[in-house]
Amino acid sequence: MQKITREQLIDQASELLANGTVSTVLGWGAGEFGYDVTPTLFKTAEEMQNGFVFNDFCGANFSKYLVSKTKTLEGKLLVFLKPCDTYSFNQLLTEHRFDREKVYVVGIPCEGMADIAKVKEISGEGISSIASDGDRIVVTTLYADAPVKIDARNVLAERCIHCKSKKHVAYDTLLGEEGDVVASARFDEVTRLESMTPDERFAFWQNELSKCIRCNACRDACPACTCETCVFDNPKSGVENKSPSNSFEEQMFHIIRAFHVAGRCTDCGECARVCPQNIPLHLLNRKFIKDINTFYGEYQAGAEVGSRSPLTDYTTEDLEPSEIFVGRNEHA
Amino acid sequence: MNNMGDTLIPSVGVITDVRIDTPDIKTFRVVTSDGKKAFDHRPGQCAMLSIPGVGEAMFSITSSPTNTEYMEFSIKKCGCVTEWLHQAEVGQQITIRGPYGTPFPVDDVFAGKDLLFIAGGVGLAPLRSVINYCRHYRDRYGNIDIVYGSRSKADLLDYREIIEEWANDAGVKVHLTIDNPQPDWDGHVGFVPSYVKELGFDTDKTAVLCGPPIMIKFTLEALVALGFDKRQVYTTLELRMKCGVGKCGRCNVGAKYVCKDGPVFRCDELEELPSEY
Amino acid sequence: MLKCSLDNVQTLFAEIAKEAKLYLPIDNADGTAVFGEWSRGVAWSNALNTAKSPKDFFFPQTEDLMRFRTEGKKIEVIDVRRESDDFVVFGVRACDVKSFDVLDRVFLSEPCDSFYAEKRAHGIIVSLACTRPAETCFCGIFGIHAAEPAGDVSAWKTEDALYLRANTEKGTALVARLSSVLEECSDDAVNAQKESIAKIMNKLPLKDLSTEAFGGGKTQDLFHSPAWDALSSACLGCGTCTFVCPTCQCYDIKDFNTGNGVIRYRCWDSCMYSEFTKMAHGNNRLTQKERFRQRFMHKLVYYPENNDGLFGCVGCGRCLAKCPISMNIVKVMKQIGGNKGE
Repeated sequence: MQKITREQLIDQASELLANGTVSTVLGWGAGEFGYDVTPTLFKTAEEMQNGFVFNDFCGANFSKYLVSKTKTLEGKLLVFLKPCDTYSFNQLLTEHRFDREKVYVVGIPCEGMADIAKVKEISGEGISSIASDGDRIVVTTLYADAPVKIDARNVLAERCIHCKSKKHVAYDTLLGEEGDVVASARFDEVTRLESMTPDERFAFWQNELSKCIRCNACRDACPACTCETCVFDNPKSGVENKSPSNSFEEQMFHIIRAFHVAGRCTDCGECARVCPQNIPLHLLNRKFIKDINTFYGEYQAGAEVGSRSPLTDYTTEDLEPSEIFVGRNEHA
Repeated sequence: MNNMGDTLIPSVGVITDVRIDTPDIKTFRVVTSDGKKAFDHRPGQCAMLSIPGVGEAMFSITSSPTNTEYMEFSIKKCGCVTEWLHQAEVGQQITIRGPYGTPFPVDDVFAGKDLLFIAGGVGLAPLRSVINYCRHYRDRYGNIDIVYGSRSKADLLDYREIIEEWANDAGVKVHLTIDNPQPDWDGHVGFVPSYVKELGFDTDKTAVLCGPPIMIKFTLEALVALGFDKRQVYTTLELRMKCGVGKCGRCNVGAKYVCKDGPVFRCDELEELPSEY
Repeated sequence: MLKCSLDNVQTLFAEIAKEAKLYLPIDNADGTAVFGEWSRGVAWSNALNTAKSPKDFFFPQTEDLMRFRTEGKKIEVIDVRRESDDFVVFGVRACDVKSFDVLDRVFLSEPCDSFYAEKRAHGIIVSLACTRPAETCFCGIFGIHAAEPAGDVSAWKTEDALYLRANTEKGTALVARLSSVLEECSDDAVNAQKESIAKIMNKLPLKDLSTEAFGGGKTQDLFHSPAWDALSSACLGCGTCTFVCPTCQCYDIKDFNTGNGVIRYRCWDSCMYSEFTKMAHGNNRLTQKERFRQRFMHKLVYYPENNDGLFGCVGCGRCLAKCPISMNIVKVMKQIGGNKGE
């Protein structure tokens, strides 16, 4: 489904490695089954030939890795960023989380990434090979007599269904054609939750958050969560990443986290992608984004470097809290 | 229901005495709520003490097993539980469970041997139990040498007991040292590892080492330089623990659990382990 | 061999549930399966396996150990342990059944953990053979037979019937009280299924993954492997692998002040977490590489060293499916143990 090929990415990276522009490449490493790619550092063109992949399952957002990887690296790090990833990139720069000079961004176009769980719902388990063929994903399994051909648009990851931008807001080199900010229906589900009664909404979140196993994957993958030590990892905080049974405590974790990233969350969707329990965590963040848009005017975190979130930027035109309260009531 | 106790469920203990040893170490005397010793232990073993709502932590039992009336714990203030204990008064109840860990081999390996105890700072706490055990059964062991060092005179743990009791025992020699000279100190000045080298012990002794990791490292090197084999040297480790019985996984290093396979290890055994302690 | 027509399986469940709570895999709204309590009308999931392992039944994500009442300097310890009722966990796959053996060796060894033991004593396991293992399955390399799952009762599901065989006293007692829904039958259908499963097992992509390089006594060989750096490089340090793993058993004990007394509870913990080994005065595993290595060394070397060669992995494949960066024990075994099994 992707318009750009693995070979184009390798060529671009090889050239930059060869001419000394970059020392290392952060890309996708091949796995066992074609869909299980791992973020990997490559030092040479040969390593890339052997282990680099680019396919419809390269969804992981690399921006956050720049914080840790640029600290120890000699020379520049080449990173491949999809349009949505570039928003996280800018937001991290806004927060001074890494040195821009240590990174070389190759912007790559994205046609939307696939969710392997959705593929498996159609193909069944027992995948023996998986490949893209035009707009289709072709899957052979141990159990189906013939390869299963799946329209890639039917197995898009949630965040790709609701893609907000095909435009790169940061890059040093851009491969392929630049896209535009696109209209998305990403707030529809938030609107549906807002239309619920408070009891219904509470029941919805209680059910979803009760599935949480406190693995912290949402936080650890989140490009907006870059504290050196998270309050939830501090044994003295009293809210360490654990809680007793029959308590509502663990749900505080997600709510506090949503508040903490409010105004800084670019809606990259990593939290929901990595959740092993399929909790729609992105909806908490989208609620904040929608409210910010409503009360302070349209704001997209990461659209530009240095922009100040309405939540951290006071203006005399800001709504008074009482007005916001009225606004919320009108919503309900 | 398995109608039995569970090692994770502690008994209630009472602090019956608090002794200020050094500026940051206090020794607590603990008995059960009906005034008895909570349980029997062997030299080098530990107990889990807790204050409900604050937390639970593992401490070595400082008093000798030969004391049948109470247990003592010498505790340095350095974390939540220890800070809380340091402000506790006599009569305060705490919880206690144990004993945990493998003791020093006082009845087999140590029997009949000349013993060399080397401690730094609060590292004397785990050794006090075994030293007093060996003093109690004095005829079972050969000569005893005790090398003990701390930052200053005020930081020497059990100073009065060392000077008034240990140093007066027949066949027991005490060698004290502090890191820097001070006016009321006419003893040795210098770090423990170099003092050990200076003292130059015969290599027919069995040595027991306890102190900060860096002191253990250099003292072990000093002993090896004197000709000691690592199989002659014992030490005790300290890692974060929760259960005390090799299940919660925290103190796992290699195939060992420090809480149950240790805390006492022979130094050659440590070499087999990954260096994660 | 005993048999129940699939048309009749809800009646079978109703019979089981008469005397014991019955838990089985149920389809969740989000497309995954979870173990849930059966009640009339609840459908049994066809999913290969549940997203979360069944270790929860015996070693819950969080459980209260005791309570304390404190007043002034006084403390009272309140034992909150209660006798469990019998319960049946139905449809446990061979890998997950084996995981109970792995957990038993930790929790039931001296001193026995009474919280775990109590639940284990009252849990009756009905296993289920896997007719359609996934590409992520590799139980076979640990000597586990997907066609011959253990448990108190073993079960096989064909297109039209469920076959049961009791293996233990508990299992025999369970099937004895289900006689109204079960009939005696030959082993033919089950034998045929076992043959077809054996053929599939032979086609699984991970079937040749080698365990040769691992096991007790391999610490020095593997601990210093240069491969750990690259393997752990992208690790996020989250606890996903640990918490979806049926055999991971590390736990924390913590106190929670309710404002009206203190609850001491235990909850799952992860050696992948940065504060797992953090003490007041230091941390013996400072980097994610060290924590990552600990998890895999424990499963592949330390655990077998202490448990007669039994590995601390059962090949269920959950971590393969769930790791946010698709790093997992298979990739570790291939890299650290030499690439045999490509």
